[in-house]
Amino acid sequence: MKILTLIRQVPDAEARVRLSGNAVDLDGTTVVMDGMDEYGVEEALRLRESGAGVEEIVALAIGPKRNEDALRTALAMGADRAVHVETDERLDAVSLSQVVAQLAQTEQTDLILVGGQEADWDSQALGAATAERLGWPQLTWTNELKLDGDKLTGRHDVDEGNESFEASLPAVVTTQQGLNEPRYPTLPNIMKAKKKELRKDDLATYGAQSRVKFVGAEIQTRARLNKIIDGKDPQAAAAQLIDLLRNEAKVIK
Amino acid sequence: MILIVAEYSGGKLAKSTLEMVTAARQTGREGPVTVLVLGQNVAGVATEAAAVADQVLVADSAALSTYNAETWAAAAAQIAQEGEAHTVIVGGSRSGREYAPRVAVKLDAPYLEDVISLSGSGEGLQAQRYTYLARVTETVEAQGPVIVVSAKPGSFAAAAPAAQPGEQYDVDLELPESRVSVTGRNVEKSSRVALAEADIIVTGGRGVGNAENFGKYVEPLADNLGAGVGATRAVVDAGWRPYAEQVGQTGKTVQPGAYIALGVSGAVQHLSGMGKSKYIVAINKDAEAPIFKVADYGIVGDVNEIVPALIEASKR
Repeated sequence: MKILTLIRQVPDAEARVRLSGNAVDLDGTTVVMDGMDEYGVEEALRLRESGAGVEEIVALAIGPKRNEDALRTALAMGADRAVHVETDERLDAVSLSQVVAQLAQTEQTDLILVGGQEADWDSQALGAATAERLGWPQLTWTNELKLDGDKLTGRHDVDEGNESFEASLPAVVTTQQGLNEPRYPTLPNIMKAKKKELRKDDLATYGAQSRVKFVGAEIQTRARLNKIIDGKDPQAAAAQLIDLLRNEAKVIK
Repeated sequence: MILIVAEYSGGKLAKSTLEMVTAARQTGREGPVTVLVLGQNVAGVATEAAAVADQVLVADSAALSTYNAETWAAAAAQIAQEGEAHTVIVGGSRSGREYAPRVAVKLDAPYLEDVISLSGSGEGLQAQRYTYLARVTETVEAQGPVIVVSAKPGSFAAAAPAAQPGEQYDVDLELPESRVSVTGRNVEKSSRVALAEADIIVTGGRGVGNAENFGKYVEPLADNLGAGVGATRAVVDAGWRPYAEQVGQTGKTVQPGAYIALGVSGAVQHLSGMGKSKYIVAINKDAEAPIFKVADYGIVGDVNEIVPALIEASKR
């Protein structure tokens, strides 16, 4: 049983986003492993520790050089080896899934873990598109996962509430907050991770090209009124707020 | 044709479907705006859809009694192929964004995800969408004989009924067996106005204090204002409120006329789900809370003191 865990290095959620020309400029921005992907790495490790017969955990990143850091973190957390398809080209998720699907096949992967939503592109498409290319089922927004032989059970969020599920490997599972609490790599493991294999692949060998053209980006900040009332006198403050909402904003009756 | 896969809930057509009809018409692309209704006993939904669409295709069968990503994707792709659709529009709900990529792969089509605007552009489509936790608005384009789009809820106006309802046709589908079996369901429907459809939302954060206080503060205020009730991730994780009410990156994205945040600090993940609201109102005892930076109106004060006064003041 082999697990492929997909990770990406993205700006920290609290980091300020800046534009340069018509694209986001990450120069000087703090970047971290995408939190949603980190739950996937952790879950792969937990499945192995639960005795689910996990032979190998491979961390995969496709993207610019900065992703090496995310891969080293995954190796320090306990992944066995890493593959980095290094490219500065931006591919939409559906095109990118071609690369993931090919790698899943050559790596003889049984389970792919990937974050439910990307913190930079805000996309939820990679897991589903990869599952479709491989002809596998998918479980999205998982917050509980167990593996027994090739039987997956767990729970995931749906439009209204959540569902318990059963499915068989191979499968794609997307991960999110609440699934687990990712571990911090210890210093000895960080040292050990430096000796683990981090293979570099060329995107060209996968023949994937973006089908979506990214034309431009802008930061639209809505000017807010910022009328903040001191609440020392709760009655007066409440009356003033209700009056503003009724007569100035006209949003309540 | 432009194919729209209907979204509905509790036997009623969802507002998102009306929004997708508007998105379809905005493309200016030729061919009938066609709504596909997938499900079992969906005649009522189909009739509602016919009021706004040029035509409605109805696949009513036991195999479609519950949503499944693979089944829905297969159905949408099959109809898109048979009807030679050049545009397929799916709702930007959690489920929509789960099966739309499969439709794109099946049709070998580019996929424009969670778009907030849509227009025809030569042989293709141009759209805007949010990135970086909704902090950046990006413009994207795709070309090709068929393009798959998911439309962000609340981003397009709801289509008004046409003078003449569209024709309805029954369709037969070849559907794959579902490979995921659902062994339990925990439906957490909020008893109030659905968040995606609410004009006003009152959301409680950790600052509300506990589950009981939601009943004391958040719900009565929402009732006075005819509002929906929302919750932050922390509140849902603590088990105070159902997941259906969660607003933010891992919950729902909303843009009501007024978003009233009680005891919400305003983490980026939460802001990404409500930052586009027309008016944002914040009540928080911490004057430095990030929510005040995006607020139009606010009161710095304790939820326990301010909200009872608001409940009183909002009574008519």
